[in-house]
Amino acid sequence: MRQVDIAVVGGGSAGLAAAIAAKEAGAREVLVLEREDELGGILRQCIHNGFGLHRFKEELTGPEYASRYIAKARELGVEHMTGVTVLELGEGRTITAVGENGLIKLRAGAVVLATGCRERPRGALATPGTRPAGVYTAGAAQKLMNIGGFLPGRHVVILGSGDIGLIMARRFTLQGAKVEAVAEIMPYSSGLARNIAQCLDDFGIPLLLSHTVVDIKGRERVESVTIAEVDRNRKPIPGTEREIACDTLLLSVGLIPENELARAAGIELCPSTGGAAVDDSLETSMPGVFACGNALHVHDLVDNVSAESERAGRSAARFLLCGRREGRRAHLLQGEGVSGLVPQNLLLPAKEEVKLMFRPKKPLENAVFSVLCGGEELLRKNLPHALPGEMAEVVLPASLLPGEPRELTARLVGEEVL
Amino acid sequence: MIRELVCINCPVGCRLRVELEGEQVVSVSGNRCKRGESYGREECLDPRRTVTALARVSGSSRPLPVKTSRPVPKQKVMDCAAAAAGLTVQPPVEIGQVVLKNVAGTGADLLATDSAE
Ligand SMILES: Cc1cc2nc3c(=O)[nH]c(=O)nc-3n(C[C@H](O)[C@H](O)[C@H](O)COP(=O)(O)OP(=O)(O)OC[C@H]3O[C@@H](n4cnc5c(N)ncnc54)[C@H](O)[C@@H]3O)c2cc1C
Ligand code: SF4
Repeated sequence: MRQVDIAVVGGGSAGLAAAIAAKEAGAREVLVLEREDELGGILRQCIHNGFGLHRFKEELTGPEYASRYIAKARELGVEHMTGVTVLELGEGRTITAVGENGLIKLRAGAVVLATGCRERPRGALATPGTRPAGVYTAGAAQKLMNIGGFLPGRHVVILGSGDIGLIMARRFTLQGAKVEAVAEIMPYSSGLARNIAQCLDDFGIPLLLSHTVVDIKGRERVESVTIAEVDRNRKPIPGTEREIACDTLLLSVGLIPENELARAAGIELCPSTGGAAVDDSLETSMPGVFACGNALHVHDLVDNVSAESERAGRSAARFLLCGRREGRRAHLLQGEGVSGLVPQNLLLPAKEEVKLMFRPKKPLENAVFSVLCGGEELLRKNLPHALPGEMAEVVLPASLLPGEPRELTARLVGEEVL
Repeated sequence: MIRELVCINCPVGCRLRVELEGEQVVSVSGNRCKRGESYGREECLDPRRTVTALARVSGSSRPLPVKTSRPVPKQKVMDCAAAAAGLTVQPPVEIGQVVLKNVAGTGADLLATDSAE
């Protein structure tokens, strides 16, 4: 069985950044295993610009951002295998994968899981009506268009205002198709404000908040969808239905971390993020196995994916070279107003600052984020605008943390907008 | 007159208030950095966008992603996208290579944002 220092599962922006950082931190043999035929992950199909402003102080497109990391990985001697799917992560960090030449077995000193996320499939949506062709998830349509070179439709309705749907509204328009409307069931958009401005407003595409699709018509191909307004409980309001003729319905209703490997390996998962539960070094419940990027929690920005994954890569190298960190793990719980909190636990006494990432449950103005331990407030931070569509980051300095393993709770309160 | 805008220069998406007097920008507020101020000003006087689009590659079904070398006037955005869609490039193409000069008369070029073999 081949032995490597660090095996990275997934060659997207997370896997590449983790591999580079692990190599720079002293790991010798770092191997990236990627299912697709090329490295880069989802960035390959994100041909729009808006990547890397923090990292490179430039607005790059997805393929440009990926190519910089691929070049860096190559320069540092990170190894990779493409067209190889990891099937199993087992005891003692053994990896079973399959590629063109059959089964591959490896043993790794440390493992980084960077398998990205997938779109919620249509089955998860309670959209009634027939099941004609012309219904795509936004990411699938993006791949068809930008990689496959095929325009999936000419008259489009988009359900869900996630960023991919917004980006695709613009892409369809620029390719000469007409986007009739974007319907969002919530009273606010889950996408970034800049994407609403530059992808919808620029082209006069209406964003219908508190609206959903209640019917899809068409025999072989979509012929129309019916949208309706919803009440506070997200139930369609009778009498508000409107039929829109179209040949394509895009679903942009959210992403979930891809974690089959972790689940099968018995790694503890977090119900709120959908990813593995990790400590402040991004180590999962399986010693020496780390997680980062969209596999850990769904990110809005690739710059944050890269930064987080570098941390995972450095942690993996440290595990390899120095063994597991000593200390006791304490839970970090989500209190009021907080969702998707990462990390789920941390090692105490803390030697370094702890970076907390989370999403506000609801849009809030003048919000206050705090971390509590017992009855005591350890940290307090003001967040003038808190939106579920924008991941927030707060740094908890080591000096503020308790010496013993005690449960901590994060909370976010503020004025509700709407 | 006050115009409310969202700065699109970075993901923070600051909500800007631009105070206008006729054709003059009097003030920009709500921006967290200097880029927001110039965006607010330009968006009211001469709005521009970088266009990303797809061109064809001769002998391949996989399209070549391209972008304008600099932001172009907003009313030229659709023309630039159409110019890209009508273009067939000969491989090999290097990332960053100019594939069309002076796209839609904007003075900007179309650059490849990926390579093609
Ligand atoms: C459509 C879309 C648009 C976005 N737009 C922007 C934007 O405008 N600006 C911005 O900053 N950010 C944007 N983002 C966010 C950011 O780009 C992504 O979150 C980031 O690139 C994700 O990187 P990742 O490596 O975690 O996942 P991915 O890129 O998905 O990489 C995961 C990789 O793992 C591989 N893999 C999975 N399972 C296995 C397995 N079992 N074995 C082997 N390989 C496996 C996959 O093939 C894939 O290549 C966007 C994201 C999406 C999805
Ligand atoms: S003003 Fe600055 S911080 Fe705010 S969105 Fe624009 S570029 Fe970003």
